[in-house]
Amino acid sequence: MTVVLEADGIVSGYGEVDILHGVSLLVDEGEIVSVIGPNGAGKSTLLKSVFGLLKLRKGKLLLDGVDATGLPPQKMVRKGVSYVPQSDNVFPSLTIFENLEMGAFIGGDNIKQRLAEVFDLFPALAERPHAKAGKLSGGQRQMLALARALMLQPRLLLLDEPTASLSPRMVGDILTKIRDINEKGVAILIVEQNAREALNLCHRGYVLVMGRNAMEDTGQNLLHSEEVGRLYLGG
Amino acid sequence: MISDFLNPSYLAGFLTLVLIYGVFAIGLNVHWGYTGIFNFGVAGFFAVGAYTSAIITKQPASGAYMTYIGGLHLPYVFGLLGAGLACAVLAFIIGIPTLRLREDYLAIASIGVAETLRRVFINEMWLVNGTRGIIGIPQPLHGLVDQADYKYVYLAIAAVILLVVYVAVERGIRSPWGRVLRAIREDEMTAAASGKNIFAFKMQAFMLGAFIMGIGGAMYASYVRAITPDTFVPMFGTFLIWVMLIVGGSGNNKGAILGALAVWLIWDRTGALVSNAQDPRIFYVRNLLIGVMVVAVLLLRPKGIWGEEKRVSVYAGKEPERAKAKDEAAEPLASVVSTAEEAGDGGAS
Amino acid sequence: MAQLVVIGLIMSSIIALGAIGLTLIYGILKFANFAHGDLMTVGAYIAFLTFTGGGHIGPLSFGYGMILAMLAAMLVVGAMSVLIDRLVYRPLRRRNAGLVILAMASLGMAIIVRSLVYLGWGPDQRFYSSGLQYAHQFPLGIALKPDQMFIGATALVSVVSVYLLLYRTKLGKAMRATADNMELAKVAGIDTERVVIATWAIGGSLAGLAGVLLGIQSHLMPEMGFIFILPLFAASILGGVGSPHGALVGALVVGISQEVSTEWISPAYKPAIAFILLFAILLVRPRGIFGVKV
Repeated sequence: MTVVLEADGIVSGYGEVDILHGVSLLVDEGEIVSVIGPNGAGKSTLLKSVFGLLKLRKGKLLLDGVDATGLPPQKMVRKGVSYVPQSDNVFPSLTIFENLEMGAFIGGDNIKQRLAEVFDLFPALAERPHAKAGKLSGGQRQMLALARALMLQPRLLLLDEPTASLSPRMVGDILTKIRDINEKGVAILIVEQNAREALNLCHRGYVLVMGRNAMEDTGQNLLHSEEVGRLYLGG
Repeated sequence: MISDFLNPSYLAGFLTLVLIYGVFAIGLNVHWGYTGIFNFGVAGFFAVGAYTSAIITKQPASGAYMTYIGGLHLPYVFGLLGAGLACAVLAFIIGIPTLRLREDYLAIASIGVAETLRRVFINEMWLVNGTRGIIGIPQPLHGLVDQADYKYVYLAIAAVILLVVYVAVERGIRSPWGRVLRAIREDEMTAAASGKNIFAFKMQAFMLGAFIMGIGGAMYASYVRAITPDTFVPMFGTFLIWVMLIVGGSGNNKGAILGALAVWLIWDRTGALVSNAQDPRIFYVRNLLIGVMVVAVLLLRPKGIWGEEKRVSVYAGKEPERAKAKDEAAEPLASVVSTAEEAGDGGAS
Repeated sequence: MAQLVVIGLIMSSIIALGAIGLTLIYGILKFANFAHGDLMTVGAYIAFLTFTGGGHIGPLSFGYGMILAMLAAMLVVGAMSVLIDRLVYRPLRRRNAGLVILAMASLGMAIIVRSLVYLGWGPDQRFYSSGLQYAHQFPLGIALKPDQMFIGATALVSVVSVYLLLYRTKLGKAMRATADNMELAKVAGIDTERVVIATWAIGGSLAGLAGVLLGIQSHLMPEMGFIFILPLFAASILGGVGSPHGALVGALVVGISQEVSTEWISPAYKPAIAFILLFAILLVRPRGIFGVKV
């Protein structure tokens, strides 16, 4: 297997405060990797730093073994990385169709084919492509956000708490979709508050505490680890 | 260029206007510098203050070419206070819909108020005599000295008023009330989270600043003795004062006064320079200069020449942190001043 | 009354061109461009500078030279807007200056631009053409000059073009997406800097055109655009800041109200009408008719 993403000793934060104090992780091709940790561990900061929304203060970032440190988001998407923010992740005054078009903004000519693929994966979106995204329910929005990110045909998808504030039924649906996406060969780096679900879903997981790597193992091992269980899974 | 200032009478007039503009700049500083209220309608308060004071201090209107309401013939002090109150009430009315909204909505609304009021003053002859304006506005302590020497009396009066306004605002700003204002300016969310009624505090600051502008308007009316709606065009009544504040350094009353001096000096001298020009268009070089100053200061020296003093607490001046706190806000001129002040502390931080 | 409504429609069409540009810039850059009215003024004077008579098109008071002058005004003001953004607003944005600082900088630019117009052409009123025009009589006592019909038609064509641009082209959709959420637009790979340039170019050229139409409707003077700033803001806030079709509806409300109000009160208060509408909407529905949030 080849490594898609390698982050090495990332330091970043907001203003004068460092949130991450040297975080390292790997994502292999076709892998689902989850990052869990308590509130304020720096999970979302990690994704933003990887995607270039936050400047790295220290550390290195490699995509497919090539240095990608300090690349802005516009360059990251061209390298096949796509990112779904936790909230405000659709364009509310645009229609579903337009949102997807915007997802393919940098793409070439085969928009139609990609639209077909995405609608295939999310048939609910195909039902009313001209509905305004702002009028969708929380779950549908999350679907649209995922679909928008897929329009870029990414090799690596960064997901920031995709199940936050969704109903339990929607959580299951979204997780299934994420697995479907992964099965098409897209590597996924997901940060989750919902640690049990995330660990069940992923191949490997990292535990982040106070902006530092605390543990790393396969999802199942972490799930059954006593320490993780005690700290994050509620016993 | 300089020789005018050797004439004491000219100098007195010049300085009086600097002091009056200093009052306006402090009033605007209460709005913008301390609270972050974006008032682009200073001219409206200027006008309301000047007209209110005029109709309070003047005798009732008489003659064919004079119509205005009021004419109470009361002493100057009532003119000042009445002008302040009228502006505070105006601020209250504008504040109700706008102080809760995005800052720039207040800016738009206040420009609108200023322009609308100016049109009312122009078109409603019965109110304050329309475009003919009000002339012969009384001056305080007029009989005290010779007419030729009255300038110096009014200069002294203006100096006293500015001092009172300055001390009052400085005290208010250093009080717990002032700290809440600055907290609101820095971060409304946090201030709200700590249980402060943001709207009430903003409204108080808006009314206080307007009150001070009203006083400035009253001072101006009695200085020039004749006012017309044309006095209160936005260029002269609003932007000049904004430039004074941001050039001097918003958030600092000394800076506001310094800015009033610096900008009025430029305005006055360029005025003298272009006054003999053949082509009337040259006159607008001054306006251009004001615009360029706004943009240049925002781009090159966002904190103004003086900048805001960081006040840890009223008593912090005696502690070593002060040197450090000042350096953080450092702008060259400010740090020259503070270095001189604190040379004895010897790098305490 | 019908006559006033029709004249109001003509004024609305001019307001709309300015307000759509203003609201696009407001929507994408989140700041109130106080120089927008003065951009209109520049447009009017650029057309004055480049207008070379050229006979008459049918019953109009001007010839094909005016069409060229309009294009020149749009081009110059569009380019100027982009240039001002590069020189002034962009450096401020990079410094994370707040919307208030940007708005203040735009006020500074407004003064600069207006002063340059004063320096170039002086304070006197100017006219594109001097000839008198006979108005066409329509039912309901409506009388319209050919020039006024030209203004309405030109504005209509422009508004439709802007609509097609925003809803049918990739660039337009990217502009709307960026206005919705600039961060997400970047995330989606949209080149937001290019969107910003396009927005200034489009907003600026619409302002330039609006200025020329205003000059045709009445006359040119250096304060013409600044006086227009209240109706522009009233229209865009009324419609909901950032919403182009809101600005259009807002422009209709403001333009028609201003004219119809002269039935009862002095025409000198026309800008005050815009202001009162603005004040009322801020009181009852600050996000405007079509706006989603403030």
